[in-house]
Amino acid sequence: MRPGRAPLGASPSAFDRARRTKGRIFAFTCAAAAFVGVASLGALLVDVIADGASRLDLAFLTGFASRFPERSGIRAALAGSVWLLVLTALISFPLSVAAAIHLEEYAPRNWVTRAIQTNIANLAGVPSIVYGILGLALFVRGLRLERSVLSGALTLSLLVMPVIIMSAQEAIRAVPSTIREAAYGLGATRWQVVRGQVLPMAMPGILTGTILALSRAVGETAPLIMVGAVGFLAFTPQSVMDPFTVLPLQIYSWISRPQEEFQPLAAAGIIVLLALLLTMNAFAIVLRNRARSGG
Amino acid sequence: MTTIYDIEVGEEGPALETRDLSVFYGETMAVDHVSFRVPERSVVALIGPSGCGKSTLLRCFNRMNDLVRGARVEGAVEFHGQDLYAPTIDPVEVRRHIGMVFQKPNPFPKSIYDNVAFGPRINNFRGDEDALVEASLRRAALWDEVRDRLEESAYSLSGGQQQRLCIARTLAVTPEVLLMDEPASALDPIATQRIEELIYELKKDYTIVIVTHNMQQAARISDYTAFLYMGKLIEYGPTDSIFTNPREERTEAYVTGRFG
Ligand SMILES: Nc1ncnc2c1ncn2[C@@H]1O[C@H](COP(=O)(O)OP(=O)(O)OP(=O)(O)O)[C@@H](O)[C@H]1O
Ligand SMILES: [Mg+2]
Repeated sequence: MRPGRAPLGASPSAFDRARRTKGRIFAFTCAAAAFVGVASLGALLVDVIADGASRLDLAFLTGFASRFPERSGIRAALAGSVWLLVLTALISFPLSVAAAIHLEEYAPRNWVTRAIQTNIANLAGVPSIVYGILGLALFVRGLRLERSVLSGALTLSLLVMPVIIMSAQEAIRAVPSTIREAAYGLGATRWQVVRGQVLPMAMPGILTGTILALSRAVGETAPLIMVGAVGFLAFTPQSVMDPFTVLPLQIYSWISRPQEEFQPLAAAGIIVLLALLLTMNAFAIVLRNRARSGG
Repeated sequence: MTTIYDIEVGEEGPALETRDLSVFYGETMAVDHVSFRVPERSVVALIGPSGCGKSTLLRCFNRMNDLVRGARVEGAVEFHGQDLYAPTIDPVEVRRHIGMVFQKPNPFPKSIYDNVAFGPRINNFRGDEDALVEASLRRAALWDEVRDRLEESAYSLSGGQQQRLCIARTLAVTPEVLLMDEPASALDPIATQRIEELIYELKKDYTIVIVTHNMQQAARISDYTAFLYMGKLIEYGPTDSIFTNPREERTEAYVTGRFG
């Protein structure tokens, strides 16, 4: 045995006891922090379900908003949100992925690229209302797209693109350089390397980032009010140029009603919105797991 | 400075030749005025202590250094007399003639079959793909082990099998030269021996340049050996004479294990 060292199994020294205590305190603090998040989500769910479950039925999902609370439904808002979601995804996904590929695989590492990169990072932090103002000036007035689903989708695209671009860049960067070298070594062109190896490997990560960004967009209200989403609508959009409303706006308009009877409607609307969000997040998790198992 | 010791390359000339080749990473010089010739259908081993520039030198032959930001190549590299760095030469084209096997097995996260078929597909191969995949796997001495599991992921193979898969993948683009950067360093002795036997087989049809840290391996498999030290080519010649009768003191010190 080394001199000065206690034998294995001897009672722990003061130092050993102190560090074990520190470890336990740390583990407890972390668990408590995690619990705060889960508990508040749980409380929200319980409260909302208690208030809204009674109103949640097929008639609620298929009915339009009405002056009469017992006849009111969420159809227009749900359809509007889905329209907006799909359009936003169609616009922002290809543009963002192309931008990320350019920045990661093609752009030279010079000050222009760095400036663009910094800009994207800053844009991701701009308050959403600012995008609303931009959308109003650019799409509603500038391009004369009026108060349409298209205006809303373009505005939300601007909002989510920085986030999608950055997560796509992250996913592309995570593709090991050995894979790229292998493909280049076989005589692949840059495009063949990107198309054949990099994109397939990065795709689950890109999709996860896209879905998370879109699920934030689904909850947005402020920029859509700016571009003219309306709080009360008795039809669903039939084309991209139609007016629209969205779930958060519908919920808000019910909550702000003076009549008590509209409150359960708002709660039921929140349940629908949460269900939509949780579905999207579950989808993201499935994609991420598929990526981990190495597809 | 030209090479101090040259070798016979025969009538048809060398397959590969460098003249006063220098490579820089930014300001640092990784390869310093290296000139040597690689005869066709021979195995040349590059040896030398870690960081002496073996990989950098090897990667000049298929222009892999083009992919490294800040890398700069000076001097000439020729393939059958054609300057590989001439402005008319497309590096993508170069890599179809001069294939590479890397230090760590790096299969694509795809099936065994698709790994081998990737190269032919991107090169617009029009013949019988199944036959080419089989022939490549046979050449790489892997066919018997994978013939019943071609659709399984390449990641399900052992390290040694993965490396042979990578060799098969390189062979499938039918290159003339194989560059190998320590292809067996991540493998156990048995897998290493299989790779060595394979190199011995391939030598009949391919020109091979191989980097290795293993002196016995260099002595066993190569016809010629180049000893590099701090970016410079110290000695180049038939493997026998490098190992048994080196002319330079530093070479002798290195091959007998007294330094490096
Ligand atoms: N991408 C790079 N950027 C900057 N310097 C590099 C780069 N790659 C290699 N070097 C430097 O160039 C020199 C030669 O490196 P190289 O990888 O060619 O050595 P090596 O002989 O292959 O070593 P090893 O036996 O360890 O693989 C080293 O000093 C290394 O630090
Ligand atoms: Mg090396």
